[in-house]
Amino acid sequence: MKHLLGGIASLCVLAGSAYAQQTTLTIGMQLEPPHLDPTSAAAAAIDEVVYANIYEGLTRFASDGSVVPGLAQSWEIAEDGLSYTFTLQEGVLFHDGSTLTADDVKFSLDRARGEDSTNAQKALFADIDSVNVVDDSTVEVTLIAPNGSLLFNLAWGDAVIVDQGFTEDAKTAPNGTGPFKFADWVQGDRVEIASNPDYWGEAAKLEGVTFKFISDPTAAFAALMAGDVDAFPVFPAPENLPQFEADPRFNVIVGSTEGETILSTNNQQPPFDDVRVREAVAHAIDRQAIINGAMFGYGTPIGTHFAPHNPAYLDLTANSDFDPEKSKALLEEAGYADGFTTTLKLPPPSYARRGGEIIAAQLRAVGIETEITNLEWAQWLEEVFRGKDYGLTIVSHTEPMDIGIYARPDYYFQYDDPVVQAMMKGLDAMTDADDRTAVLQAVQTRISENYVNGYLFQLAKTGVADARIVGLWENSPTQANDMTAVYWKE
Amino acid sequence: MLRYALKRLISLGLSLVAASLVIFLSLEIVPGDPAAAMLGINAEPETLKALRIELGLDKPPLQRYLSWTSGMLTGDFGISYTYRAPVSQIILDRIWISLPLALLALLLSTLIAVPAGIWAATKRGSIADIAIVGTTQLGVAIPNFWFAVILVLIFAINLGWFSAGGFPGWAGGPLPALKALTLPAIALALPQAAILTRVMRSALLDTLGEDFMRTARAKGLSQRQAIWRHGFRNALIPVLTIIGLQFSFLLAGAIIIENVFFLPGLGRLIFQAIAQRDLIVVESVIMLLVFAVIVITFLVDLAYAWVDPRLRSRA
Repeated sequence: MKHLLGGIASLCVLAGSAYAQQTTLTIGMQLEPPHLDPTSAAAAAIDEVVYANIYEGLTRFASDGSVVPGLAQSWEIAEDGLSYTFTLQEGVLFHDGSTLTADDVKFSLDRARGEDSTNAQKALFADIDSVNVVDDSTVEVTLIAPNGSLLFNLAWGDAVIVDQGFTEDAKTAPNGTGPFKFADWVQGDRVEIASNPDYWGEAAKLEGVTFKFISDPTAAFAALMAGDVDAFPVFPAPENLPQFEADPRFNVIVGSTEGETILSTNNQQPPFDDVRVREAVAHAIDRQAIINGAMFGYGTPIGTHFAPHNPAYLDLTANSDFDPEKSKALLEEAGYADGFTTTLKLPPPSYARRGGEIIAAQLRAVGIETEITNLEWAQWLEEVFRGKDYGLTIVSHTEPMDIGIYARPDYYFQYDDPVVQAMMKGLDAMTDADDRTAVLQAVQTRISENYVNGYLFQLAKTGVADARIVGLWENSPTQANDMTAVYWKE
Repeated sequence: MLRYALKRLISLGLSLVAASLVIFLSLEIVPGDPAAAMLGINAEPETLKALRIELGLDKPPLQRYLSWTSGMLTGDFGISYTYRAPVSQIILDRIWISLPLALLALLLSTLIAVPAGIWAATKRGSIADIAIVGTTQLGVAIPNFWFAVILVLIFAINLGWFSAGGFPGWAGGPLPALKALTLPAIALALPQAAILTRVMRSALLDTLGEDFMRTARAKGLSQRQAIWRHGFRNALIPVLTIIGLQFSFLLAGAIIIENVFFLPGLGRLIFQAIAQRDLIVVESVIMLLVFAVIVITFLVDLAYAWVDPRLRSRA
């Protein structure tokens, strides 16, 4: 027994000396990336490690969501909007030492849009006709039809530039151009990146960053409290946030995301093919009660499928204000005076599981009974998303600027509206900002007044960080942990 | 003894084949397409098709079953759908956490339980016995994950002696790695020790009442000698059974503890792989665990025969 105690005591001494110079940072993440290639999977965890840190695209998202130059220092758009000529930054090296040239850009874009491409966002590149190398540092992208979103599309993590010698090895040892280099990956535990001394732009302030994977919310809380992680940008246990807010050692960072959380409705399945029924559902829902009950008060009510922090956003929450009496009247008018029963299929996130229970109770109050089924993501994708076998479901659409899904009649909520389809087609051809805003607002109004889905709230980003850390993103214009400007205060 | 071992070996082989069939078929039935799980909600149908071909998912089930099982015989477990790395390598990385953790927990639980059980049995009815039995009652009732959270609260958050979790890897030497496994091993071991103590105590009490114990005392052996030479050995059969079961449980069943301490072990690997529909990893890890359980049962069977010669002749 003495030996055991002696052993424990000596172990404790070893633990003490970790805090000398604060030039490294440990970030907590709930999910581990399956691999580190952002161009061939949808997992947000990949971008949360590599975006802006290891890999860069021609353009990139800044922390406020604006699109700024990345590997392309400038570009020229032809009069007819059918060709973009990009001039690349000078002296860009890949982490393996090779120089970035226009050939790498051509290779990356052609690979992403190629026939056997496994890019999860292949639609981003659908309008590209060809990618031509003009000279070593100039690339011309020609389009089939004008597309005002091209620069935005190229800022996605799925559009980063890889070197033309790209092989499957890059999935576990990525070779990018960013301010950090891949250093180590202990699978299941952590990924480490180290600052890149040969970076073409402003060097990172940190020497290294460790991304540590902690899936359990209680464990995440303990890891922050014990100092094992310095920041948890998307903290999985909102119920613990008040405790961190009261603790001077921590900052609670509340920002917005691109996640429109909606009660997705199967528009082809009776009775939801009747707009009066969909409107009745919209008026039966008390958004603030869901935000308070399921999200501990974090989240902004929405009345359409658009992010409130976007300049083109219209506040249409009044269209679906909480009014159970109106809801009952609409149901009666549609021939469902005695209500009806439908399915409510819920994926794993807490916004869906907790929110689902509250919505079920609210719907019951106007006579709509729901049969709740809890699904895993893989089941949800199969049954709901692909099989379209559902009445209602709750999901947060986290892709930025994804209102275009309302122009896809085969999309899982099966909304077939030629007007929206024509408006989105028209939008593609516009490059003038005011025109685009006008069309985007018209689409927002149209889908809001057609009650395509129950619009609930914009998902908040709630993070916790050591109070001495500066420079973490507050909002989440794309799912990323951009570490380039992060440093420790004295 | 040899015939006994051979018979056990044949049943071991048959169990493995049956297990591989059950595992493969049940995962075939589970809904969810690995390619869709990886590419998310914006993927286009042709992209999904391209990925399915890349993963070999377009081949018929029989062909996939045969290539999986024949691969395993040569140590080739295939390539993980999500990690895109050899499954054998992934398992090997994880087993270096799960195996030491299970062994450490088993060692701790045995070191606590056997002496405590013997002590309680020999002092039957005393205050020590009542205290031990009472403590084990508590130990059986407390769920290990709750106990784990309490350990983290006390030793990681309040005292700061340990990390709240995580695993530094063995590359930095055995001390940091063992340190990271200490709290999880204690959390796993104590509830197991409680069960084992009770089994040890009642098994020994049963043998103490046997005729041969009286004979041993009559022969002139002291109480202590009689227990050690005759009682303990005869009480070992149920204890060995429980230890065997516990080892299998600790190896496969540490999922929750691995989550509480965010340890990248086999349990968490299965958990993640199921959610991501990385079926080949799920199949292979479960197969490996089945193999481990069957081998452990085989070894325990052999140990019975060694402890109790009567079993050899019966076989």
